[in-house]
Amino acid sequence: MAQTPSIAEEKTSSAVSSSKSITLRIARFNPQKDSDTSFMEFKVPVEKWTTVLEAILDVKKHFDHSVAVRYSCRQATCGSCGMVINGKPRLACFTKISELNSDTVTVEPMHNFPIIRDLAVRFDRLFNSHHKVKPYLIRDDTDVSSDTKEILQSPEELEQFIQFSNCIKCGLCNSACPTMATDSSFVGPQALAQAYRYVADSRDKGKDNRLKIIDESHGIWRCHFAGSCSQVCPKGVDPAMGIQLLRGYMLGFRS
Amino acid sequence: MNPHDEHKEGIGGMANPGRYGIERIAYWLMRLTGLGLLGYFIAHIYETSNILRGQVGWDEFLDLTQTTEGHLFLTLVIGMCVFHTVNGIRVMLGHGGIGVGKPARPDYPYLPASQNSQHKIGIYSAIVLAAIAMVYGMAVMFGE
Ligand code: HEM
Ligand code: SF4
Ligand code: FES
Repeated sequence: MAQTPSIAEEKTSSAVSSSKSITLRIARFNPQKDSDTSFMEFKVPVEKWTTVLEAILDVKKHFDHSVAVRYSCRQATCGSCGMVINGKPRLACFTKISELNSDTVTVEPMHNFPIIRDLAVRFDRLFNSHHKVKPYLIRDDTDVSSDTKEILQSPEELEQFIQFSNCIKCGLCNSACPTMATDSSFVGPQALAQAYRYVADSRDKGKDNRLKIIDESHGIWRCHFAGSCSQVCPKGVDPAMGIQLLRGYMLGFRS
Repeated sequence: MNPHDEHKEGIGGMANPGRYGIERIAYWLMRLTGLGLLGYFIAHIYETSNILRGQVGWDEFLDLTQTTEGHLFLTLVIGMCVFHTVNGIRVMLGHGGIGVGKPARPDYPYLPASQNSQHKIGIYSAIVLAAIAMVYGMAVMFGE
């Protein structure tokens, strides 16, 4: 009969040389049958470099495969693994357990997103808001038709928006936002930062159109510049900056 | 409705000032002082409307502010006024895109330029000025 392997028997780096273990508390909730969230605790061996995602995958592999978690790239690129780690929204694959300075690590689903199960949340609204601000270049001509030239852009013009194009749509900013905490119709920092990304692009001609889209009652004016979005963004997008610069256009301080 | 449907963090999360630095505390104080001032403003209209009751009615109501509780209440109003005004100027500048940093190529560890020292100094100034005004107000009121 096949034996169930324990973590210690496996020839993984974490099992062989691990000097430390932490308690990983995972929020469990299935909206189909549970009335409330419960927490399951696991002792997990960790190294200096162990990420929260690796610890969760360890639990899935050795203790309980039913833990629902979404991930893909494991390198802060796909934007799938956002969750609340020790009280703050972070990417599980980009957060080392050692940097949390705690023997207990609690993981919960991101706030302000409906829960699918456990740590996995629905992204419908984030993607809808993202689409709403028209996240593409708007112009009459195109550089792919044969008789038009390449649409040139100087390095300085590129600097105006390149930071905002780093967004991986992880939703951490929307999870940290105090407006989002009470207003689920708010367009949110992610989409507003993307509106700025295209408005600030010298090749784009859709500025007036986009400004009109976000100039509504659950639009840009609900931002109070608390800055929490920028503090949790793992890619340096700084949505709060984009939103205030965007508002600068709308108030006539910028053109 | 099942609170998990939206899984919104709610008013508790909105008001929790602990996790996101001094900027989130400023946001929270700004809301609180705004509502506090609105409450005071309404009370103030009621208070001054006592003039319609003539000299005696006016003096009677004004005596309320000459108590220890009245002095402490007015000290709080002074603090709220100063913080709300100074931080309000900072927020208005920020909302206009002033002092929020310039877009640049982000580099690890990705410190957000909008959460810069200019704005932090603005927030601490608002708090310190409010504290100074409160101490001065108390010195005047309790020193009488
Ligand atoms: C010169 C003095 C003032 C300045 C510069 C100022 C500035 C501001 C600013 C910029 C905001 C928006 C803050 C944000 O977006 O989060 C605000 C909010 C507010 N202010 Fe003032 N304000 C002043 C005086 C007053 C007074 C006298 C009252 C009361 C009668 C008041 C009541 C409010 C209220 C209720 C809010 C909304 C709070 C919230 O929901 O966040 N303000 N103020
Ligand atoms: S702006 Fe930052 S935190 Fe928000 S979705 Fe994009 S990468 Fe994530
Ligand atoms: S797994 Fe892709 S961002 Fe974390």
